[in-house]
Amino acid sequence: MYRITEKSPLAPNIFLLKIAAPAVAKKAAAGQFVILRLDEKGERIPLTLADWNRETGEVTVAFMQVGKTTRQLATFRVGDSIANFVGPLGKPTDIEKFGTVVCVAGGFAVATVVPIARAMKAAGNHVIALMGTRTKDLLFWEDRLAAVSDELIVTTDDGSNGRKGVVTVPLKEMLEKGNRVDRVVAVGPAIMMKFVAATTQPFNVKTIVSMNPIMVDGTGMCGACRCSVSGETRFACVDGPEFDGHQVDWDELFARQRAFVTEEKQSLEQWQRQMAEATAAQKTA
Amino acid sequence: MPKINLNRTPMPKQEAEKRASSFQEVAIGYTLDMAKAEASRCLQCPKRPCVGGCPVNISIPDFVKSIVEGDLARSIAKIKEANSLPGICGRVCPQESQCEAQCVMAKKGASVAIGRLERYVADWERTQGITMPSLPAPSHKKVGIVGCGPAGLTAAASLARRGHQVTIFEALHSPGGVLVYGIPEFRLPKTIVQGEVNFVRSLGVELKLDWVVGKTITIDELFGEGYKAIFVGTGAGRPQFLGVPGENLGGIFSANEFLVRINLMKSYLFPSYDTPLTVGKRVVVVGGGNVAMDAARCAKRLGAEVTVVYRRSEAELPARREEVENAQEEGIIFRLLTNPVAFHPNAQGKVQTVECMEMELGEPDASGRRRPIEKKGSNFRLEVDTVVSAVGTIPNPLIPQSTPDLKITSHGTVTADDKTGRTSKAGVWAGGDVVSGAATVISAMGAGKLAAADIDLFLRS
Repeated sequence: MYRITEKSPLAPNIFLLKIAAPAVAKKAAAGQFVILRLDEKGERIPLTLADWNRETGEVTVAFMQVGKTTRQLATFRVGDSIANFVGPLGKPTDIEKFGTVVCVAGGFAVATVVPIARAMKAAGNHVIALMGTRTKDLLFWEDRLAAVSDELIVTTDDGSNGRKGVVTVPLKEMLEKGNRVDRVVAVGPAIMMKFVAATTQPFNVKTIVSMNPIMVDGTGMCGACRCSVSGETRFACVDGPEFDGHQVDWDELFARQRAFVTEEKQSLEQWQRQMAEATAAQKTA
Repeated sequence: MPKINLNRTPMPKQEAEKRASSFQEVAIGYTLDMAKAEASRCLQCPKRPCVGGCPVNISIPDFVKSIVEGDLARSIAKIKEANSLPGICGRVCPQESQCEAQCVMAKKGASVAIGRLERYVADWERTQGITMPSLPAPSHKKVGIVGCGPAGLTAAASLARRGHQVTIFEALHSPGGVLVYGIPEFRLPKTIVQGEVNFVRSLGVELKLDWVVGKTITIDELFGEGYKAIFVGTGAGRPQFLGVPGENLGGIFSANEFLVRINLMKSYLFPSYDTPLTVGKRVVVVGGGNVAMDAARCAKRLGAEVTVVYRRSEAELPARREEVENAQEEGIIFRLLTNPVAFHPNAQGKVQTVECMEMELGEPDASGRRRPIEKKGSNFRLEVDTVVSAVGTIPNPLIPQSTPDLKITSHGTVTADDKTGRTSKAGVWAGGDVVSGAATVISAMGAGKLAAADIDLFLRS
């Protein structure tokens, strides 16, 4: 069992958790992920690492409430334990001195991008951080990202904070102006990563994306996370999760991500019914 | 002397119709009378060829004799001198090609049903409460076992019984390896695995779940933590695919994913359990091995019409005969001499048809089996909702990637001596599917046992 040592809201529906997992904390590196399972009947889901502390043995993850498991996780409190927490999994981000690196964060993936930007900066890169969300309420960790980058650009779709528009707009401007960009690392929703890759492709700038397919074991055993990269089948869990965004078959990823939409809805509805019944029972008691 | 019965006592089974919708165990097991009757067919011949046919060399005639005498406690003690997982082996060993193939009675009519008898005494012991063997004084030497499957469990038990301090590192949340994620409940109930894992733990073996060696910790780091010897029994868990167009469409699963969802994650109990799996009305399973049979029979139990597509003919099916018969009895359709060449999607990107070609058999290939050749222009399509690809597995890459001085073959398997399990790296042994490529539970156990004996010698020198 793995105890939750800290929980805090980051934005509406988005939470930060610190979990006591010394073995994972000891080996964690930027770009890696963990697989967790809440209880004996739970599913195994991947979450990318937001931070870790080798001294205290804590690992930080951020998550958004989407389906049954993430909503259930949001009900956990400090002191509660989750059944399984496995990692660090996947290959770490390829970190070296590339020159100028643009780190792009879409939505709550800023939590994943902060350690990547930090490592890129520590390796001597000039780091330009680019973060975008739908609206200002969903922004968090601008300060943390600013602290590990040389420049920070914030965008919101509705213009409520920073520049109005999506992250690809300032990225494209940068490239069109002829500013030197040696590498782009983009983490966020698949659709955002697809458009970042499409933006950089004409400029031939190497663009690394972090794939987020469905996973089960997360250790290379099931192939649920397989994706086509350069026409070859690769497993995101052990061969990735980071791949060359220009070589990824995005439509295949979208289709595979949707494989269980009906079941996910059914699972969430059943859980919400059970929660409602439990609340009603509490009130009558 | 009473006349010897040349026929085996049949195994009582659930009726085919009932079991096609139930995950309960198909084989029900012998009664005491049946076990005694079957055991009395053993001639107690002096040459004991069956013992040599057993990869872990159980004293088969001795345990069988004890059944005839009604001394079941002695019978199980005899088995456990050589094998800590008898309830598992009695169920999933291919006895027909091992101990039973060597049985003198096989030439006279039918071999003694050794596997069924092993299962009987193991099940008897479970109802009685397990007797602990006496252990030697502790050696205080730490041994790390990577992977809690058949090879790792056997090596662990064997080393613990020699007094060593053993820790198993398992990546998944449940111990047993392929015994829990691969082999279905109806062939090997998970309570049996649990019981035998508990027996191994009761010998003093420590079990660390959620530890992915190669990620959470490396083999070199284990040496740094005081382990004197490491046994790698990580199996062959990475699925292969056919390499034909459309293979990554939605609705196409590797057999590993399909079986992991069902067996390990209990998706057949969804939504009570969180992990989903919906197979739809028509399932095609590609492949003809035991894994393909397991996947097909699982799909049947989830309510689908199931077709096994295999590129050679019935004679070449690599699955155990018994499993093919079980599948046929349950109504699984076999399309033999048929090979998928492409998968085609519906508008949502989910698989809708499997394009196949008819095959014919040519000259024998390197494997000794006749090579399947495509019949030109024979393409046709099968409508499907789900496809399960059971075309083989290779070892997981995490150990090789994180252990640069461990010698690996071009097939991705670890190079190890077949008598001792020693690898190219000092202090590291390996055995089971990670060395042999995908094989059987019992051959992995045999390799675990050999390596344990050699590790013991090493620790004492």
